[in-house]
Amino acid sequence: MEIVLSLGIGILAASGVWLVLRPRTFQVIIGLSLISYAVNLFIFSMGRVTLDAPPILAPGGIGDPTKMADPLPQALVLTAIVIGFAMTALFLVVLLAARGRTGTDHVDGREAE
Amino acid sequence: MSNGWLLLAALVLPFAGALLAGFLPTNARNAAAVLAGAIAVAGCAIIVALYPDVAAQEPVRLRLDWLPMLGLDFTLRLDGLAWLFALLIFGIGALVALYARYYMSPDDPVPRFFSFLLAFMGAMVGVVISGNLIQIVFFWELTSLFSFLLIGYWHHSAMARDGARMALIITAAGGLCLLVGVLLVGRIVGSYDLDEVLASRELILDSDLYTTALVLILLGAFTKSAQFPFHFWLPHAMAAPTPVSAYLHSATMVKVGIFLLIRLWPVMAGTDAWFYMVVPAGLITLLLGAFAAIYQQDLKGLLAYSTISHLGLITLLLGLGSPLAAVAAIFHTMNHAIFKASLFMAAGIIDHETGTRDLRKLSGLYRYMPFTGTLAMVAAASMAGVPLLNGFISKEMFFAEAVADHTGSLLDDSLPYWATLAGVFSVTYSLRFILGVFFGPPPIDLPRRPHEPAHWMRFPIELLVLICLLIGIVPSFTVGPLLATAVESVLGGSTPYYSLALWHGFTLPLLMSCIALGGGILLYLALRDYLNSGIEGPPVIRGLKGQRIFEKALATLALQWAPAAEGALGTRRLQPQMRLVVLLAALAALSPILVGGVAGTGTLPATPVEPAFALMWIVGAGCALAAAYQAKYHRFAALVLVGGAGLVTCLTFVWLSAPDLAVTQLLVEIVTTVLLLLGLRWLPKRIEDNYPTRPPLSTLMRRYADFGIACAFGGALAFLSYCMMTCPLPESISRFFVERAYTEGGGTNIVNVILVDFRGFDTMGEIVVLCLAGLTVFALLRRFRPAPESEELPEQQRLQDALDDAAPDRTPGDTVSDYLLIPRLIMNWLFPVVAVLAVYLFMRGHDLPGGGFAAGITLSIAFVIQYMASGTRWVEDHLRVLPLRWMGLGLLTSVGTGIGSWVFGYPFLTSHFQYLDLPVLGKIPLATALLFDLGVFALVVGATVLILIALAHQSLRSTRASQATEGGERWR
Repeated sequence: MEIVLSLGIGILAASGVWLVLRPRTFQVIIGLSLISYAVNLFIFSMGRVTLDAPPILAPGGIGDPTKMADPLPQALVLTAIVIGFAMTALFLVVLLAARGRTGTDHVDGREAE
Repeated sequence: MSNGWLLLAALVLPFAGALLAGFLPTNARNAAAVLAGAIAVAGCAIIVALYPDVAAQEPVRLRLDWLPMLGLDFTLRLDGLAWLFALLIFGIGALVALYARYYMSPDDPVPRFFSFLLAFMGAMVGVVISGNLIQIVFFWELTSLFSFLLIGYWHHSAMARDGARMALIITAAGGLCLLVGVLLVGRIVGSYDLDEVLASRELILDSDLYTTALVLILLGAFTKSAQFPFHFWLPHAMAAPTPVSAYLHSATMVKVGIFLLIRLWPVMAGTDAWFYMVVPAGLITLLLGAFAAIYQQDLKGLLAYSTISHLGLITLLLGLGSPLAAVAAIFHTMNHAIFKASLFMAAGIIDHETGTRDLRKLSGLYRYMPFTGTLAMVAAASMAGVPLLNGFISKEMFFAEAVADHTGSLLDDSLPYWATLAGVFSVTYSLRFILGVFFGPPPIDLPRRPHEPAHWMRFPIELLVLICLLIGIVPSFTVGPLLATAVESVLGGSTPYYSLALWHGFTLPLLMSCIALGGGILLYLALRDYLNSGIEGPPVIRGLKGQRIFEKALATLALQWAPAAEGALGTRRLQPQMRLVVLLAALAALSPILVGGVAGTGTLPATPVEPAFALMWIVGAGCALAAAYQAKYHRFAALVLVGGAGLVTCLTFVWLSAPDLAVTQLLVEIVTTVLLLLGLRWLPKRIEDNYPTRPPLSTLMRRYADFGIACAFGGALAFLSYCMMTCPLPESISRFFVERAYTEGGGTNIVNVILVDFRGFDTMGEIVVLCLAGLTVFALLRRFRPAPESEELPEQQRLQDALDDAAPDRTPGDTVSDYLLIPRLIMNWLFPVVAVLAVYLFMRGHDLPGGGFAAGITLSIAFVIQYMASGTRWVEDHLRVLPLRWMGLGLLTSVGTGIGSWVFGYPFLTSHFQYLDLPVLGKIPLATALLFDLGVFALVVGATVLILIALAHQSLRSTRASQATEGGERWR
């Protein structure tokens, strides 16, 4: 599982980085989405691969950290997902406004010579 | 202790007054002046009331905790020296306030002037009564700042702006040097407390850092007190209103450097390093200032150079290192403040009543303003060191010290001659001031007809001149005790015997004084014709202008180096910047490996690969790659593909025991996709065939490079995550959360408990970010102007509308609503279902996957579905969502819950919980964290809906724009 997940992370990140370096704003926003998947999974994977052991306690119980998935990276990633959404929305609007104002969707606000 | 608080009041009052004056109406000249005067008088009264303690050599102290963990206290300390300075600051401050009331024109925003003046007063008092070095530097820089504001008060004048900037750059840069110097001293002594520093002379002198600290502190003092070669800012500061020149640039601020030198004199002076740095600086300043003063054509310029020269004199005295010289320095500081302030005020009156201060135009004013003339003459005589005046006594002391033997070096031996020469110069420029302005033929071509000023405008000068006379005639009865207190507070046990008498018999200093007086008169007579010829600036050293060097340096820095650096290092293009960011990020991630090497891929046994999981990731990776490939020409396809990758991510969370993440990811995925779909409409068409098949070589090269970077980055991240995943998990704070989620947080869903309870503060920050993002989106879209080519309706819509128009029984929009009839019905009916789902997710969040975030996004999806089904206009007519209120209420609820714990005496965001048995719902957890989560929920709903609605609403705006041209189109 680890090898599959890490390859997946790598491919997501590579596609995202490629897109982020492209000149069109839409490419960049798609790239950022892909990078945020990769980074979220990366942070999540710092809790190691755990199958069938969500960090949810039996009612009234005290948990044993060795027997369930690490809740800490999950909490971090949950925050990251929401923030990522806010940033995507903001960036989308900025790129739309830039396109309206400059007449181009090039990231520099003008077409390359 | 009450005395300490009184001292604090003396410090706080001016700042409070400054704040108050700042809020007065612009034309409130009298109110502001009265305020400033009253505060200065009150300050005076406080200082005078504290004299008994100070005179008993028991400094008044106040110590408040500031940064106790760094050993820093907020300390006030009023000893004899500080007392003398504080009295000068408040006393002359009061007189200046009175004077400025008449000097300032009612057309100027006078309250602003007094506001700055009061703030400056506070900063000055802060410097002198601070009992800790850091604090001194803080107030020191404040004085520079307010000096800047006061010099630049008439900011419409370029001279004022330039002068203000120059003064700020020089003195603030010196202040930075001082800060470093003070930090070094603090390091040597182990404390910044003044009492401890003053008790550590041996420690400081023996330290290796002594010379460095000394140089830095001297840089601070010399820049502030306008010592050569930093003196040039002071004449330029004369662009300030004259009350400012009288107050800041002769009586108080320029004395701060002197004050610091006196303050540290007991612990730092007396070494060769001190002597050879301070004495030459003082001597050159003394001679240069006096020499240049003779040749000034501007009245205030003359006084400015004379001030420089007197500051040099004091510095020189301090440099000598003998206690008697220190006494003379303290005494002369005071005397100079008194006579120079009165001279500046006189110059201001002349300027005010004649309209000019050019010595070439002024002449014979005595017949018009005899009182002012007489006062100015007395003050100028004091400046020249004429007997019976205070300037004479301290100058005699200076001469005596110049004659005395200190180090026996050539410099020391030659001092009497230099001192006499400086005396000659000072007599000459004093004569010039008086004879040039008040005597001679009546003036011609003056802008105004001169006359005596208002009496109260002259009053401050009268008082100061009276003090000059009193000190000069009966020094030991007037100033003697005060001086003794100040001197003893500095010198302590080594206070020498000194006599403040007018007559010491026929001594060498008396002879020097006589030579100075006679020589000065002769020099004036010899130079009179030259001076009257109207040449600007002194001969010989005219070319030596520090200011020119300064301006050149500034221009080089700002106009050459900065653009050069920007050209070499900066770019306006995003792509290189992004590349740099990516490379730096990769470097940062790899740096531990580069430093520490790879420890292998870890020892944790790999979890066996499940084929379905691998298959799923083949799809996911394929989606990602395809999205990367398609994002340029096929945006819609790319969007769908990214959604695929997102779903795979979401399934991975499910697979790997993270149900909360999976839920949130799925919901966010939906919202993001809708959002981007809404955005697609406004992007330009890009058809693949319209572009050349083979891009230029440079583009190709860039692509290959980017491809390489992307592959390397992805590979590195994959490698890194594989290494990490196969290492055993170290002990982390997770255990804390897992063990206490239920017992202390009252929930079984550990992730949720972390978010709303243990790390609730983080979550609060996060929802604030979401809130801000939503508001920014809203604000940006209110001013949104689409590109002209995107304004017309989309092609599909035009086709549909054309069809509807063609049929007589149809209205535009019918086609799409027919198509969507069944989906719309379902979607409308879905609204309550989704809303209930949201409530469900919210309620179970503390114990099972769900929570405020997920519930909030779910509810916002319920709204969005209505927009998709029925169109923006219909929803806006039928459903009032008011997202801004949702956000506000949400934020208030969350913050309120946090604050609520204060009521019960717990820290912010402490959570309380218990289980509640409800009839239908069963046992539900009821923690205050749930209330907090409710706030999160409401805010997420509000922000998400706000963003989506704002964007969806744009389609209406464009319809409205095209309605003007096409007419009658109505979008559904």
